[in-house]
Amino acid sequence: MNRYVWILLFVLGLVAPFVVYPVFMMKLLCFALFALAFNLLLGYTGLLSFGHAAFFGGASYITGHLIRNSGLTPELGILGGTLFAALLGYLVGSLAIRRQGIYFAMVTLALAQIVYFIALKAPFTGGEDGLQGIPRGFLFGLIDLNRVHVVGGKPLALNLYYFVFAVFCLGFWIIYRTIHSPFGQVLKGLRENEPRAVSLGYKVDRFKLMAFVISSAIAGLAGATKALVFQLASLTDVSWHTSGEVVLMTLLGGVGTVLGPLAGAFTVVTLQSELTSVGAWITVIIGGIFVICVLLFRRGFVGELGRLLKRSL
Amino acid sequence: MPQYILETRKLSKEFKGFMAVSGLDLQVEQGHIHALIGPNGAGKTTVFNLLTKFLTPTTGTILFKGIDVTREKPADIAMRGVIRSFQISAVFPNLTPLENVRLALQRATGTSYHFWKSDHCLHALEGQAMALLESVGLAEFSGEITGELAYGRKRALEIATTLALEPELMLLDEPTQGMGVEDVEKITALVKKASANRTILMIEHNLKVVATLADRITVLQRGAILAEGTYAEVSQDPRVLEAYMGSAHA
Repeated sequence: MNRYVWILLFVLGLVAPFVVYPVFMMKLLCFALFALAFNLLLGYTGLLSFGHAAFFGGASYITGHLIRNSGLTPELGILGGTLFAALLGYLVGSLAIRRQGIYFAMVTLALAQIVYFIALKAPFTGGEDGLQGIPRGFLFGLIDLNRVHVVGGKPLALNLYYFVFAVFCLGFWIIYRTIHSPFGQVLKGLRENEPRAVSLGYKVDRFKLMAFVISSAIAGLAGATKALVFQLASLTDVSWHTSGEVVLMTLLGGVGTVLGPLAGAFTVVTLQSELTSVGAWITVIIGGIFVICVLLFRRGFVGELGRLLKRSL
Repeated sequence: MPQYILETRKLSKEFKGFMAVSGLDLQVEQGHIHALIGPNGAGKTTVFNLLTKFLTPTTGTILFKGIDVTREKPADIAMRGVIRSFQISAVFPNLTPLENVRLALQRATGTSYHFWKSDHCLHALEGQAMALLESVGLAEFSGEITGELAYGRKRALEIATTLALEPELMLLDEPTQGMGVEDVEKITALVKKASANRTILMIEHNLKVVATLADRITVLQRGAILAEGTYAEVSQDPRVLEAYMGSAHA
C-alpha cells in the first residue's frame, strides 16, 4: 500500500492524544490490535475462532498478576502475558484445527468457556471483582508510566500513551509482516483451497497451528496492554461477548484487509463509548448498525473501499 | 529399479458396507500415460483419493517406486513427487495465476514457514513461474484474478501449477471435463507435452482424448478392473462395450 498512507496514519497516531482523550485512544489501539490478530486467522487463514477472548483476557489476568503480585516491570508483565497467550493458543489450536468450519468455531468457543470458568473460580483472579489496581509502574524500571504531562491546561498520560502506541505498532508490524511473507502466501493458499494446498505438498495443519499461535500471541499482547491501561483485568475480557465483539469489528471493517480491523475496532469502540448514555439499548443499536452494514457493505468498510479503488488495502 | 512406478495390491475401500474399490491390482509403468476409465460410480475418483492419501484404504497396499506408501499423509505423498489435480478445477481463485504457480514453486525454497521474511524474496521465482505460464499459454493473464478466468484457462493453470512441482507422477482427474472442443484439444496437447520425462495417470471420460493419449488403459467397473490393455484392445472388448452401452443384445 501507499507509503504516504502509512506515514499519515503514523502521524495521526502520534498527535492523537492531544486531540482525543488518551485513555479512550489507548482503548481503541488495544481493541484494534486484538481485531488485527483475529483477522490474521479469519481473513488470511480462513479459520473462524470464536474463543479469542480467552487469549485477550487470559493474558490480561497473567500480566496483571505478574505486575501486581510478583512485582515485575510492565514490559516483563506484558511479555509474560503474551507468552501465556501463545502457549494457550498452542493448546487450543492443536485441538481445534482437527475440525473444520463451524466445528472449529465450536471447539474454540468451548475451550474459551473453560478459560472463563477458571477466571471465575481460580484463587488468583479475584472472581467477580477481577484483578483491580494493577500498578502501571516504571517501564524498564526507568520511565514512570503514571506520569501526567499538562499540555494546554489538560493533564495527559503521554508516557503511557506512547508506550501503548509503540506496542500497537510492534504488533501491527508483526501481523503485517506475517501476512506479506512466504508463510502468509501459503496461508492465503490454504484459505482459498485447502485440498489443493495439501496436494501441492503443504502440511496445512502445521501452517494453521502456527497462524493460530501468532494470532493468539498478538491477541494476548493486546489484552496485556489493556490490563495496564485500565489497571484492571476482568471477567468481561475473557467472556464470549468479547469473542463476539472482535468478530463484529473484523467483519464491519472488512475481513481479509490489512486496515479493516482497525476501522472496525474504531467504529465499534467509538459507538460503545458515545452511546453509553442510552444504557441497555446499546446492544440493539449496535446490532442494527451491524445488520445495515452487512447489507450495504458486504465486504466491510475497507473491503468496499478497496474494491472501488481496485486494490487491496 | 522396479518395473512399475506405481502399483497397488489388493487395494480396497469400503464405505459403510459399500465396496467403492475392491481388490484393485493396478500397475502403472514408468513413462506411460495411463488412463483410468469406466462408467460413473465405478470408483475412479476414489482410487485417486486413495493413491494420494485423501482417503485411507480399508485393506491393501500402495507402492510408489517399490516403497510402501500406504500409511503416509497426503502432503508426504506430494513430497515424494506424486501430484494430483482435482475433478473440479483446483486453483486459488483470489490469487493471480502468477501467484498460483509461485505458490507451488515456493515449496522447494524451504521458506514457507518464514513468517518474519518479506515476500519480496519470492520475486526470484517469478521468472520460472512466467515460463510455466508461457508453456500453457497463460502468460498474458499472469496478473488477472484467477477466479475470473475462463474455465479452460483455469484447467491449464492447474496443469502449470502441477508441473511447477516437477512431479514424477501426475494424477489428472478428468482434465478435459466440461470443456468445449477447442479447449479439449489444447489440454490434450498440454498433457502430451507434460508427459515427457514423467508418468501420468489420468481419469478421463472423453474417449477420443484417451485414444489419442493413453499408452495403456484400465477399465474400472464397480471398483474392480474389468479390462486392461491398449485402446485398440480395450475398445474391442465385449465386456467393456456392455458396461458402456448396456447389454450388447438389448
